[in-house]
Amino acid sequence: MSILVNKDTKVIVQGFTGGEGTFHAEQCMAYGTDIVGGVTPGKGGQTHLGKPVFNTVKEAVAATGATVSMVFVPPAFVGDAVMEAATAGIELAVIITEGAPVRDMQAAKACATKNGMMTIGPNCPGIITAGECKIGIMPGSIFKKGNVGLISKSGTLTYEGANQVVNEGFGITTAVGIGGDPIIGLSYKQLLQMFQDDPETEAIVMIGEIGGDLEIQAAAFIKENVTKPVVAFIAGQSAPPGKRMGHAGAIISGSAGTAKEKMDALSAVGVEVVVSPAEIGKAVKKVLS
Amino acid sequence: MNIHEYQAKQIFAKYGVPTPRGIIANTPDQAVANASELGGDIWVVKAQIHAGGRGLGGGVKLAKSLDEVRELATEILGMTLITHQTGPEGKLVQKVYIEEGADIKDELYLSVVLDRAAEMPIIMASTEGGMDIETVAHDTPEKIIKIAVDPAFGFQGYHGRELVFGLGITDKAEQKKMIQFASKLYNLYMENDAEMIEINPLIKTGSGDFIALDGKMGFDDSALGRHPDIEDMRDISEEDPDEREASQYGLSYIALDGEIGCMVNGAGLAMGTMDTIDYMGGTPANFLDVGGTANAETVAKGFEIILKNPNVKAIFVNIFGGIVRCDRIANGILEATKLVDVNVPVIVRLDGTNAAEAAVILKNANIDNVIAATDLGDGAAKAVAAAKGE
Repeated sequence: MSILVNKDTKVIVQGFTGGEGTFHAEQCMAYGTDIVGGVTPGKGGQTHLGKPVFNTVKEAVAATGATVSMVFVPPAFVGDAVMEAATAGIELAVIITEGAPVRDMQAAKACATKNGMMTIGPNCPGIITAGECKIGIMPGSIFKKGNVGLISKSGTLTYEGANQVVNEGFGITTAVGIGGDPIIGLSYKQLLQMFQDDPETEAIVMIGEIGGDLEIQAAAFIKENVTKPVVAFIAGQSAPPGKRMGHAGAIISGSAGTAKEKMDALSAVGVEVVVSPAEIGKAVKKVLS
Repeated sequence: MNIHEYQAKQIFAKYGVPTPRGIIANTPDQAVANASELGGDIWVVKAQIHAGGRGLGGGVKLAKSLDEVRELATEILGMTLITHQTGPEGKLVQKVYIEEGADIKDELYLSVVLDRAAEMPIIMASTEGGMDIETVAHDTPEKIIKIAVDPAFGFQGYHGRELVFGLGITDKAEQKKMIQFASKLYNLYMENDAEMIEINPLIKTGSGDFIALDGKMGFDDSALGRHPDIEDMRDISEEDPDEREASQYGLSYIALDGEIGCMVNGAGLAMGTMDTIDYMGGTPANFLDVGGTANAETVAKGFEIILKNPNVKAIFVNIFGGIVRCDRIANGILEATKLVDVNVPVIVRLDGTNAAEAAVILKNANIDNVIAATDLGDGAAKAVAAAKGE
């Protein structure tokens, strides 16, 4: 078991024939992901990486039965691409692209919600179910199969966390990079619920950062709904207020959104909160033993 | 990206949001000429910097004669203004905005910002204008009205009614003016891909008009590509020169006041690295994300920028290669030691894609002050020790 994606998931790539799309689609296929085709407007009918290219998502879905789209289109076209996927019957769009305008994502998210499509990202490493399906840009070799679910706003901290979990002798069910933008798709709450319901997942690692209040909401949700042990790290304890730390959403405005406030909220509901990401692996070992 | 008050007011004026008349000046002579062009017998001389709290810092002053305009412009231009938002080093004032005096009856607060939880813009308003809104939010949260506007449907009549009744505006004509004001402000927020607009204070005049006495605007950097007119408003003198130089090489750099330089891939891991250094008793000198396309040149540039900071006593290179290949980073480090005089210990932790190749490259190069680390914790500990001269 796992959450959201597995070896049977049929995936298309929007922005299939571009440089990034090509490189990462190839890597995903090498990992075992069932990429059934892709969409590049104007290149319909061609074959790329041995898979069919379509002009529209609608055509791609009709021909392949794909349920998931991995979105690699340039930032200015992300909103459009996500809305196209949502209205073409895609069930989950994994949006890797960084730098999509916030206004576009407001519209895209609203459209996705209206059409019952889930989204992950944008500006994220994607999702991986260890040993089965990688939809994104993470180095697949780190993610050994196991019993720990991972949710993270940061790409490289996802790798760091997963690597430590594996080095402690455990492994990953599914890891989801939710992205660090102000507007994102699936968030801690929904994913915590999915991991709680997944029989194979025995512990959950959540990695957050300064800015916004998703982690605070997650704490309230954990209190009511999550019985599995949760380990958390919040990046940005040493970040100065008012500065944007790389991610568009990673900014402390005034006194809100600080690492401390989030760590306190999570600790208060029994989450094992670590002060350094170097402690994630050990904390997982502690809660699982 | 942020802009100056006078620029925000230019955008307001374009959308019919009322502002006092004003003209920007770079010199005291210009300031006086502007004041006489505006006419009247009272003017406000306002320092233009990208930070709030200018009034308290002595950057906004009232002049009752042209001589006084000259005197105040001379005093404010060239001063280093320190406010609660500039940091202790302050900001140099290079422009003053000369504005006509206003007849202030009431001071209100109005802003439009993104509500991340609602995933739509909200209009925030308060009767407590002219005060620090964070303080109002903390002490008397009931005095802040929040109205979410769904962009799919736009600003509606009920949004306006919630606003004016919430602010206790009872006069019909005044209600209408305030609703128009807010509706225009919402539209300009959306059309320009603003990140936030804040008017504090928004004044009501003796004759019942509403005017934006101040104006602050920030924009979504990701959307600037479709707003060349706003991109033109960029004032590079307001930006940190090192941060700017770094961004030209695809590096995201922010200077901090500690001793350990950091070079990391990914924003989250970069923050996590700073946190780990801090936790182990050291102090980070910067945030630096080398991004997903790091190569030898960008790494060398990163070293150069980090080493410009004289406080740096050690550098911690912490890379978890996904898209970034560790062998490229290792070559970058070798390149950097040739191009830049790296005179502090460099602790290197390379993990992930091609880490084994990278280790061989560094080992063969055998550079004196490069110290290998096995993982994040080990690297941070070694960096903290090195910075302390241990």
